[in-house]
Amino acid sequence: MPEERDEENLKKETGRSQCGGCCTRISNLAVTVGSTHAIENVNLHFHCGEFTVITGPNGAGKSTLLKAIAGEIPYTGEILFRRFDTNEKMKPKIGYVPQNMPFDPGAPLTVEDLFALCLSSRPRWLFRSRSVRKTALESLGTVEASHLLSRKLGCLSGGELQRVFLSLALNPRPDILLLDEPVSGVDAAGLNLFYAMISELRAKYDLSIVMISHDFHLSARYADRIVFLNKTVLCSGTPAEALKNESVNSFFGAADSRTPGGYGGISHHCKSGNPPPAASRTRRINEAGENTRGKDHN
Amino acid sequence: MSGVWAHLCESFPFEWAQYSFMQNALLAAILLAPLFALPGCLVVNNRMAFFSDAIGHAALTGVAIGALAGIAQPLPSMLIFAMCLAFVISYLRRVSAVPTDTIISIVMAGSMALGIVILSRKGGFSRYSRYLIGDLLSLSAADLYIIGFTLLFVIAVWLLLFNKFYLISFNETIARSRNINVWGYDLFFSVMVAFIVTLAVQWIGILVINSLLVLPAAAARNMASKLRIYVISAVLISLMSCVGGLVLSFYLATAAGATIALVALGFYIFSFVPSCRITGDKKPGV
Repeated sequence: MPEERDEENLKKETGRSQCGGCCTRISNLAVTVGSTHAIENVNLHFHCGEFTVITGPNGAGKSTLLKAIAGEIPYTGEILFRRFDTNEKMKPKIGYVPQNMPFDPGAPLTVEDLFALCLSSRPRWLFRSRSVRKTALESLGTVEASHLLSRKLGCLSGGELQRVFLSLALNPRPDILLLDEPVSGVDAAGLNLFYAMISELRAKYDLSIVMISHDFHLSARYADRIVFLNKTVLCSGTPAEALKNESVNSFFGAADSRTPGGYGGISHHCKSGNPPPAASRTRRINEAGENTRGKDHN
Repeated sequence: MSGVWAHLCESFPFEWAQYSFMQNALLAAILLAPLFALPGCLVVNNRMAFFSDAIGHAALTGVAIGALAGIAQPLPSMLIFAMCLAFVISYLRRVSAVPTDTIISIVMAGSMALGIVILSRKGGFSRYSRYLIGDLLSLSAADLYIIGFTLLFVIAVWLLLFNKFYLISFNETIARSRNINVWGYDLFFSVMVAFIVTLAVQWIGILVINSLLVLPAAAARNMASKLRIYVISAVLISLMSCVGGLVLSFYLATAAGATIALVALGFYIFSFVPSCRITGDKKPGV
C-alpha cells in the first residue's frame, strides 16, 4: 500500500510521531446546482499537519468544494475522517471561514459576546462567563488579536474580522480548517503575517488546513500541497510538482501573459530557475490517479 | 395575589392608582414590557419588523374567522391563525427566491383583505374597530394570568436558547457550523413572536402593536455595543415606556397603546445621538 509507506515517511520526516496518520479522504465528491455540475469526481486526501492550497480559475468550483466539505450544501460522494490511533472512521470536525461572512454591523455584539454565543449555552443576556473570556483570549492570542476582545464586531476592519473568524473556527479544535480566500484584500505585511500564522497553527495543532487562494506565487511558498481545481481535480501535488503540471502552467502562464504580474508566480519561477522554497520541505505525494482522471475530463 | 397587588397600588400617592382597572393595566404593562422587549431585540436584529407588523394586522382576520365560527371570544382563533401565518411566511421565505418583504406583503394583503371582507358584511365593521386601537383598561384578571404565563415561557426560552437564537441572527453559516438547526429555530422564533403579538393586540391595538416590539430594542441598539447592555436596556426602556405611557394616558384621557408607543418613540429619539456617526463637513452626494 503506497499510502502506508507515505505515512511512515511522514513520521520520519516531521518527527511528529503522535500524528500524521489522521486523514480526511474525499471520494467521488460531486455537487450539482440545477442541471450543471459545479464539481464532479473530486478525490482528495488531506493529512493532518498539512497545508493544502486550492487554486483554479473563477467558477472552477473551489468555494463549492469547501462548502460541501463544510456541510453547507448537499453533495454526493463521501467525506470520511480517520483517526490515526483508533483507526475509527467518522465525520471530521470542521472549522470553516467562508469568503464573506455577512452580518449586521449595527447589532450590539462584541468579539467576546460572539465567543460566548458559540462556546457556551449560558444565556449571554444575563451572565458573563470567566471561562469563556479566558478561552476567547487564548484563542485570539493565537492569531494575534487578543486586543480585539471587547471591541464591537461592526467596528472591526476586514483584516481584523478575518482573524476573529479564524480564531473562532479554531474553537473547538477542528480536524480540518477550511479557509475560503482569507487573504483577498489583505496588504503585503498582513499577508506575511497571515501565512506565518497559518504555518504556526499547523505546527502547533497538527491540523489539516485547506485554503483557497489565487496568489499562487505566495501560497506555493508555504503550502505542502497545491490542488488545481477546474470542475474536478486537475493536479494535486507538491508546489514543485504543480509547477511542472501542464494544466496549471497553461492557466497561470496564460493569465500571466495577459496581465503582467497578475497571477504571477509560475513563469517567473520557471524563467529564473528558482524552485519555490517550499519544495525543500514538502513531503506530499502526487496522487497520480487523480491527475490522469482530471485529464480525461479535459 | 391580586389582593396584594391592589393593596400595594392603593398605597401609591396617586389618583390613578386607586382605580382597579388602572391597577390591572399597570400590572399588565409591567408584564408586557419584557414580554415584548426580549423578542424585540432579535426582531430588530433579524430585520423582522415588517413580519411582526404583518402578523399584528392579520389579527383582524383571526377575529373574522372567530366571528364566522360563532366564537364569542376570538382569542384562540386569532392565535391559531397568526401562528399558521407565521409558519407559512417562514416556510415561503426559506424555499422561494421571492424577496422576503414581497412574500410578507402578499400574505398580509391577502389575509387583511379576507378579514375586512368577512367583518364588513352587512356593514358591521365598526363593531370590531376596537381592535385597531386596543383597550388596555378592559383587561381582566384572567388575562393577567395568560400574560404572566406567556412571559414565564418567553423567559424560560430566553434562558435556554438565547445564545443559539442570537448566533443565528448574527450569521447562519456560523450557526450551522455549530450544529444549530437554523431553520427549526427560525420557525420557532417566528411562531413565538406571532403568538406574543396576537395575544397583546386586543389591549395595545393593531395599529401600534409593532412599536412595542421594535422601538425599545431599536433605541437600546443605538446606545449599546455589548449584547448584555442591549437586552437589559431594551427591557428597561420598554418598562419605562409602558408604565409612563399608561399613566400619561390616564391624565390625557387617550388610548393607552398609542400613548405607550409615543413615549417609546421619545426614548428612541433621545437615543439617536450621533455618537457613532462619521462626521465631516463634506457630505457625500451633496
